[in-house]
Amino acid sequence: MNDKPGTDILLSIRNLTTCFETANGLLHAVDDVSFDIRRGETFALLGESGCGKSMTSLSIMRLVPEPAGRITRGQVLLDGRDLLRLPEAEMRRVRGNRIAMIFQEPMTSLNPVLSVGEQIGEAVRLHRGLRGRAAREVVLALLDAVGIPDPARRHDEYPHQLSGGMKQRVMIAIALAGEPDLLIADEPTTALDVTIQAQVLALLERLQEETGMAVLLITHDLGVVAGMADRVAVMYAGQIVETAPRDAFFAEPRHPYSRKLFESLPDIAKRDRPLSVIPGSVPPLYREFSACRFAERCAFAWEDCRASVPRWITEGERGVRCHLYDRVPASRRPLGAEAEATSSTPSAAPALSVASHDGELLEVEALQVHFPIQKGLFKRTVGYVRAVDGVSLRIGKGATVALVGESGCGKTTIGKAILQLIRPTAGRVLLEGTDLTALRGEALRRRRRDFQIIFQDPFSSMNPRMQVGDIIQEGLVALGLERDPARRQARVDALLEQVGLPREAKGRYPHEFSGGQRQRICIARALAVGPKLLVCDEPTSALDISVQAQILNLLRELQEALGLSYLFITHNLSVVGYLADEVAVMYLGRIVEYGPVDAVLNRARHPYTQALLSAIPVIDQETRREVIRLEGDLPSPAHPPEGCHFHTRCPHAMDACRRRYPGRTRLDGGHWVHCYLYE
Amino acid sequence: MRLKFALFVLACWVLLAAAGAWLPFEPYRIDLARILDPPDATAWLGHDDLGRPIWDRLVVGARYSLWVAVLVVGISLAAGTFIGAVSAYAGGWLDHLLVRVIDIFLAFPGILLAIALAGLMGPGLDNVVIALSLVGWVGFARLARAQVLTLKQRDHVAAAVSLGAGPGRIVWRHLLPLMAAPLIVEATFAVAGIVIAEAGLSFLGLGIQPPEPSWGSMIREGSRYMLVTPHMVLAPGIALLLVVLAVNMLGDRLRDRLDVRQS
Repeated sequence: MNDKPGTDILLSIRNLTTCFETANGLLHAVDDVSFDIRRGETFALLGESGCGKSMTSLSIMRLVPEPAGRITRGQVLLDGRDLLRLPEAEMRRVRGNRIAMIFQEPMTSLNPVLSVGEQIGEAVRLHRGLRGRAAREVVLALLDAVGIPDPARRHDEYPHQLSGGMKQRVMIAIALAGEPDLLIADEPTTALDVTIQAQVLALLERLQEETGMAVLLITHDLGVVAGMADRVAVMYAGQIVETAPRDAFFAEPRHPYSRKLFESLPDIAKRDRPLSVIPGSVPPLYREFSACRFAERCAFAWEDCRASVPRWITEGERGVRCHLYDRVPASRRPLGAEAEATSSTPSAAPALSVASHDGELLEVEALQVHFPIQKGLFKRTVGYVRAVDGVSLRIGKGATVALVGESGCGKTTIGKAILQLIRPTAGRVLLEGTDLTALRGEALRRRRRDFQIIFQDPFSSMNPRMQVGDIIQEGLVALGLERDPARRQARVDALLEQVGLPREAKGRYPHEFSGGQRQRICIARALAVGPKLLVCDEPTSALDISVQAQILNLLRELQEALGLSYLFITHNLSVVGYLADEVAVMYLGRIVEYGPVDAVLNRARHPYTQALLSAIPVIDQETRREVIRLEGDLPSPAHPPEGCHFHTRCPHAMDACRRRYPGRTRLDGGHWVHCYLYE
Repeated sequence: MRLKFALFVLACWVLLAAAGAWLPFEPYRIDLARILDPPDATAWLGHDDLGRPIWDRLVVGARYSLWVAVLVVGISLAAGTFIGAVSAYAGGWLDHLLVRVIDIFLAFPGILLAIALAGLMGPGLDNVVIALSLVGWVGFARLARAQVLTLKQRDHVAAAVSLGAGPGRIVWRHLLPLMAAPLIVEATFAVAGIVIAEAGLSFLGLGIQPPEPSWGSMIREGSRYMLVTPHMVLAPGIALLLVVLAVNMLGDRLRDRLDVRQS
């Protein structure tokens, strides 16, 4: 797909500007954006949250929410015709017919009370004018085209009967109904698991080859861009700062912001040093800019950057908006080799080695959490959801154990069961020899200071009606650890400093902070009671790449300084590689593979781990692996398959796998796996 | 503008109620010479069927309706919130039991139940308050229970539990402040309902007893002469209408104001 020739331009966007009327003034969400999309190519719009990438796509479709938002300037030329000047009735014929769109949340984009067939059928009727049997034929063909097995049965099912990946396929089928020339995919796989993401991306690629449509791919994921795009545009603060063909971009990103994005990606190769971060935050987009928008955060900024707005500089296929490429000759640019030197921050901590284990802190033995399924008037128990089904693991003092798996595998439940937020059905949780499952009431409450949790969504994990100072000292008050108010305030100040927030934060409310700052507050709150174990439940999944790097660095520093142990629950394997000492891979309530991070990530044995690793989109072109595509979805933990839970999706399944769950096979160096292939 | 109107009406109501207690009004003075007199310079709302000045009776009646409304809503709000919150927070058999009790109460039309209760206990102001409170808590309990059920799933409650906060602290610090908004809005609407319910009970003779005036009993007495002297019904009727309208407008406004999307 790299050698698509088509040089003729399908969609051309010129000086597009979209503004929003807000309480704080006029917000320039999209500011003077221009780019072209050629027939049949995949054009990726890359950027962090709030950079205006979704608003650009809504502007193209003329779906900007009115009256607060409006397109104030520019042209959107589809085959030379300006969509912004079309009457609404004609625009409706463009939507769906020429340009179709799919969204991030397939769960909310489908109508729950209409069957899948009706929803696709509606699009078929509108765009192709077909009815009755003819329409049904087309719908079935579309369902088949997007890889939904047994289309005749699925045709009459409702969205709630489908998994997330299936729903996204249905969304794609609806988008394809009008045979569009351009498909806008707005974060199409962000809400999906990696193995499902791989399926959907492969599907998009195949459909594109078959139909020759162009795709505008909007994403924040560099890995997805690397796998899918022909050309890339990077957006920052409402503007495009760089465009380039994919290979050139990944070989040598030019804009300092693009470079920083690459540097702040966690990776196993970077584990001996802190991640590079972008200081500060995105400037508010209310004012007119008289300087470079990135200057405040840029390591290479000099007086020109603060004095004037950089112009758009093109060089062949590439373009960049940066003063470095304007008047400064290539030889004097502080990028390239010198950049490496400046980017390794002077405050680089001493090499972080794999934590030395000074004994065990936590031992989990045969932990089970079963949720009863109740039915009927008298709430009869008709079965159990085996969310966690016999999990054992150990965490050493000062060590980090990562728990990896797709959504629904029970990893979050394990975290909550260890903290006794959900009481386990069976098994023991030993913290320094004390069985937490045996503790009740007051005894358990006293013990809670030793283990704390950090959640995925930092906003919902804070009481919106409490001031930050009260949030942080909550544990101190609740447990009566520090009764003197003055000393408590001093402790809050110290904690705020420790997590890198100003003291003034105390008197403000959670909604006044950005996502990364909120997560820092949550970390301070957990640290206040002096825990030994911190369960981190996807702490960076809701954050942007550059902010994720800050939080990962902070967690590392804190571990160094305080000797904390982490149970790190995540689906992101590159974060695991950067942070964890040992990794446990979970599938359907059980650990299928366990071992030191290096062994599991580089010499994975279990077919599921291998598939998981291969499904992650990788940036480095040379290390790109053949994706082991898993068929189907995660089975329900209420009815796990007989024998090995994974055999229904496993490419190596044998007869034995269907009969009994495989035992544990020990490999070298504390690495073990549950699989018949190695018995 | 509408807010100002609502606040103005409510301020008048409260002021009149207070004035009725302190100023020398004469709601019980019978003047047989002036029976059913229409409004004039000395009695600007006229006189009733016993020659008593309607304005004086309206002012004193305002005190009773305010008193009943505030007391009943206060008791219902406190009891309902407590029962609903405990039910949802504790869960298990207690929740099952309380939900059944709430369902049983909801199975009857509230005003009918209040009439039955007031009839059983006998007429009188105290019994009106008791009867209306016994019916009124159910709505608050159901609302509070639903709120707690959703709020207690939130991560910040889980975080508080893991920080060692006890049940009391969690309910007081983490649940009540977040459910205050819908409860306050519900309470303002309840005020309007209670004022009408009290008037209804008094209209049926189950509330305030003669010669004490209340808006409901005044409407009942006036209804007999409605075609001859409409002012006897119109005065308390319009007063009731204004108060209920004002309280509802305030409730609407509060709901819009407090309904900040908190993620």
